[in-house]
Amino acid sequence: MPNWKPLTREELAARVARDIPEGWSVNLGIGIPTLIANYVPHEREVIFHSENGIVGMGPAPTPEKLDPWLVNASRQHVTLRTGGSYFHHADSFALVRGGHLDLCVLGAFQVAENGDIANWARSDDEAAPAIGGAMDLAAGARRIWAVMEHSTRGGEHRLLHRCTYPLTAKGVTRRVFTELCVLDVTERGFVLIDKVEGLGLDELQARTGAAIRSV
Amino acid sequence: MSGENAARHCGDTHMIDKFVRSVAEALDGIKDGAIVLVGGFAQIGEPRALIDGLIEQGAKNLTVVHNTAGRGREGVARLIGEGRVSKIVCSFARSRGSVLFEEVYARGAIELEMVPQGTLAERLRAAGAGVPAFFTPTGAGTKIAEGKESRVIAGRECILEHAIFGDVALIEAWRADRWGNLVYREAGRNFNPVMAMAAQLTICQTQHVAELGELAPETIVTPGICVDRLVHVAAGDPPVVIS
Repeated sequence: MPNWKPLTREELAARVARDIPEGWSVNLGIGIPTLIANYVPHEREVIFHSENGIVGMGPAPTPEKLDPWLVNASRQHVTLRTGGSYFHHADSFALVRGGHLDLCVLGAFQVAENGDIANWARSDDEAAPAIGGAMDLAAGARRIWAVMEHSTRGGEHRLLHRCTYPLTAKGVTRRVFTELCVLDVTERGFVLIDKVEGLGLDELQARTGAAIRSV
Repeated sequence: MSGENAARHCGDTHMIDKFVRSVAEALDGIKDGAIVLVGGFAQIGEPRALIDGLIEQGAKNLTVVHNTAGRGREGVARLIGEGRVSKIVCSFARSRGSVLFEEVYARGAIELEMVPQGTLAERLRAAGAGVPAFFTPTGAGTKIAEGKESRVIAGRECILEHAIFGDVALIEAWRADRWGNLVYREAGRNFNPVMAMAAQLTICQTQHVAELGELAPETIVTPGICVDRLVHVAAGDPPVVIS
């Protein structure tokens, strides 16, 4: 038995939330990223953006406060914080593409040590692909963080020298959070920021398809 | 397009009144082969009565521009399932229960153009603003860039994207007056104002009818000159999503 434990999805979301400072405008992608908002304390004023025309998005409503006219881009019911606003889709993506968001956290299938990210298709001939807003976010937000499982269920590497899946954007990823570690993507490749307690660097390296430097 | 058509006799003067009496009348004249822009996001602000009306109306060989390829077996999905759409332009071809699209696509009976969602919104905005094409970094170096002109601008690789000019836009508003001034409700705004400006013929179903002058000018999102036909459809709230 290893003497370390990977983070759960919830713990991973909470770990990312810890790194988001007050005052940032943030878009959260589909999947684990969406959970992150639950771990940003209400009194820390982080302004969440949703592609379908919302700035100042709040958490899921209580059943009696559910508003059928208000969902996020993952089609989940949400609320609007005091100070929030609505706008149309082209303005919403102008906020994204114009570099007005401090951060976008995307889920990913693969991230490479050169910052390339692949998160919309697992092969070139996917029958019904789903790009959504990922390419706009990846190209437009001031910072891109990726949240992902460290390896595939079959044990294949997802943190790589170069991505093998179709790319979402080239060279944009700045930080990667997995259930095992936090890595910065630098000009020298992956640099270790944090890892789960008890996990050896050798063990982590063995599960990673590119070199990890520890500062 | 229809300033003249929209003016009706009222005593001895003309007044602008874009309201028609039925969905069928609103959709009159949509031709085979038309490029149809369909508003809505996650069924909110989706002009369902107009989509259902278009299924009845019969136009075929349509190009449909919508955020998704439809969901379940209703709305845009049903239009596709009925074999009336020869091309879909969308950012999500796969969404929960997009079964009809996948069946038709597997048969090779529909062409799919995948567009990043922000590029889709901007291509529509560009059409409405008279910008025929623009360069953007979104999609540069990806599959989306294949076959497109690329250029390095201000040190960044960009690709050329063309405006999407619609023949028809089908949209939903929360409130409308007879000039076609529109107000939207919460997340029901989404693609609707952008599509209203991007089409030759903009047809709007509205949940509520306002008297001219009743909508506060500062709150009007789409000015009436972008809207050609209005039909009152008190569709009620969009379906609640159970996840």
